[in-house]
Amino acid sequence: MEVSFKILRFDPQRDARAHWEEYEVELEPTDRVLDGLEEIKGRLDGTLALRRSCAHGICGSDAMLINGRNRLACKVLVKNLKQPITIEPMRGFNVLKDLIVDMEPFFAKYRSVQPYLIEKDAPPEKERLQSQAQRERFDDTTKCILCGACTTSCPSFWSNPDYVGPAAIVQAHRFIFDSRDQGKEERLKVLNHGDGVWRCRTVFNCVEACPRGINVTRAIGEIKQALARGKV
Amino acid sequence: MAVHEFDGIIIGAGGAGLMAALQASKSAKIAVLSKLYPTRSHTGTAQGGIGAALGNLEEDHWEWHMFDTIKGGDYLVDQDAAEIMCREAVDTVYELEHMGLPFSRTPDGKIAQRPFGGHTREFGKAPVQRSCYAADRTGHMILQTLYQQCIKQGVTFFNEFHVVDLLVQDGVVCGAVAIEIATGELYTFHAKAVLFATGGSGRMYKITSNALTLTGDGMAVVYRRGIPLEDMEFFQFHPTGIYKMGILITEAARGEGGILRNNSGERFMERYAATLKDLAPRDMVSRAIYKEIREGRGIGGKDYVHLDLTHLDSKVIHAKLPDITDFVETYMGIDPVKSPIPIQPTAHYAMGGIPTNSDAEVVIDEKNTAMPGLYAAGECACVSVHGANRLGTNSLVDIIVFGRRGGKALGRFVQQAPLQPLPPDSEKATRDRIERLFESRGSESVARIREKLQAEMMDKASVFRTEGELKKMLDILRGLRQRYSNVCLQDRGRKFNMELLEAFELDHLLELSQVTVTSAMARQESRGAHAREDFPKRDDAKWLKHTLAYRDEELVSLKYKPVSITKFQPQERKY
Repeated sequence: MEVSFKILRFDPQRDARAHWEEYEVELEPTDRVLDGLEEIKGRLDGTLALRRSCAHGICGSDAMLINGRNRLACKVLVKNLKQPITIEPMRGFNVLKDLIVDMEPFFAKYRSVQPYLIEKDAPPEKERLQSQAQRERFDDTTKCILCGACTTSCPSFWSNPDYVGPAAIVQAHRFIFDSRDQGKEERLKVLNHGDGVWRCRTVFNCVEACPRGINVTRAIGEIKQALARGKV
Repeated sequence: MAVHEFDGIIIGAGGAGLMAALQASKSAKIAVLSKLYPTRSHTGTAQGGIGAALGNLEEDHWEWHMFDTIKGGDYLVDQDAAEIMCREAVDTVYELEHMGLPFSRTPDGKIAQRPFGGHTREFGKAPVQRSCYAADRTGHMILQTLYQQCIKQGVTFFNEFHVVDLLVQDGVVCGAVAIEIATGELYTFHAKAVLFATGGSGRMYKITSNALTLTGDGMAVVYRRGIPLEDMEFFQFHPTGIYKMGILITEAARGEGGILRNNSGERFMERYAATLKDLAPRDMVSRAIYKEIREGRGIGGKDYVHLDLTHLDSKVIHAKLPDITDFVETYMGIDPVKSPIPIQPTAHYAMGGIPTNSDAEVVIDEKNTAMPGLYAAGECACVSVHGANRLGTNSLVDIIVFGRRGGKALGRFVQQAPLQPLPPDSEKATRDRIERLFESRGSESVARIREKLQAEMMDKASVFRTEGELKKMLDILRGLRQRYSNVCLQDRGRKFNMELLEAFELDHLLELSQVTVTSAMARQESRGAHAREDFPKRDDAKWLKHTLAYRDEELVSLKYKPVSITKFQPQERKY
């Protein structure tokens, strides 16, 4: 099928500002948006720049705005989209070229929540025990692939770039609710301020944007409750 | 010229690279370079589990795991290395748990384990629950956990730096050259030691489970510097890729009870592997699927068969296989609880690679002479623990065990080794390659040459091979090489020039395809994943040996080295 794309292009080496360009490519209905972008890059315009790797929704490289919504280009089929398919970079980060944005501030916030197991006791010889229920408690937030779709769909983040953002909170949740972790208090402290969890206005954009189906707003809510109660 | 100086650099930030970095950076100044962001690495897509004889659900021993690995590899495995891997697998899985990896759990709170292809109890008697898993995103959890630990430890990363040359002066390693993707600038990393952990090269084939970025860069970079590649004729096709897309459906789907069926609904694996059936090793299952299709028993006469999970409890599917359920729904519009999944074999894993010993030191000849300061681990390396066919779960075992050993060895090496001076104008070779590409006014495009390469390799050098087809493939490769010299880039900028990177990647794929086909043509036997229709039997008298392929200007010259056999004498391989 013939598929038309409208892509917001920006090359700092050439362009003063971003502009739209249109492309038509022949694709299978079951092709991904990413297949379309690769086809454009390979056959029509080799200057198109985007990040991509695994092409099936796991590596988290190719989050972008597709028809106005944050999606992974490799996880949306062209047959399910209205044409022309509009493609823009994620909002809220500096655009470096075309669909490539500066992810460094995103990863800096990720690092700020101490996203690693903090243990104060020496580990046993074999594995630590954890019940299936304890493991289930934080299952949802272990799915995060750090694609940035949630954070860059959040109006609170757009209006306040200092907001730590849903992705970093999801990562904090993954540890705060892990029975093996002993760093909960420090992590909760990092999130207990105006640019922490309290910046969330429960708009639910993050839930809709998450390509991994994580209930992000619920995770944020659980941290708010833990802070309100003073315990996990 | 911009120069960074480190004790050691690690190239690649998947499981092997991160594990090595955690070890090496304890005692040395280390940098990790990746052409991606670390969490984008392909380790993250591994699904089913990591094999280790923990015995959490039933009796198991690392010796059984070792035997399965050797038999699975059709006796081309170096048994001393397999022993180390299977023994150390147990402790490394505990270590991962201690780092915080959220394994699924047994009812009594231990690490959960499940059956996997080719893993057996008592040397082949019956399947055993050995694969330690975190739902069907074990690789994702390994990658995340290791990256988390690297943050905790303050490891230095250079993200989106594409390494395109290895620096060697008087036979000693002294660093590497990388392109900073954001700016297009070249950087020299001056170091006492370099460890490659750059992953596989599945993008030489059309249908593959591999990421678009898996173009064998590390293997090609060292090969171009005169270092051999080992056993490159052995490329694994995973039996269950999503039809036409190649996206992996984990073997755990069969570990949990999934069944392969042909056009008439028959469980055809019973005819090919009476004991293990659907859980036979991957090479055998992939050949069986090809045979069913060739003999007209593909679904509707087409080139695929069904993976049937419909008889499983939907709760098991959703709890233990959530990601593959999502893939099948997203890409095929199918609910695997209700309908069987169309699958076909997909290019999955390079058993071959940069030859190393069990400390991940690169060894460069038939006598296993180590090259000082050069290391490799993970899929880009060949220890060889996978021989002619890798067992499921063993890739994760490999990256963790040998990534760790390599990181430790590198850490020790840089303590006593001096920093060698750089060669004069260390970036010249890379600059020349870039200028050639920028100056070319030919009419060829990277995408078109790559498309042709992938289709032809799939057709002529995949699951079944013959001398005639391999010869044709070599001719085609010569033609593609010619066309590559006329590649013209549309993007003439320096910043995020992805076309330039893809031109480098294609160069690497062409190089590695030539090595694969030349090695496959020479090996006149069938062993593991290398199935020659004109030589259908394994021939231990002539071919129980590893191939070493060296670059000889435009050609490939082959040498061979013996296989290490310690505990298990080669036998006929039946399941």
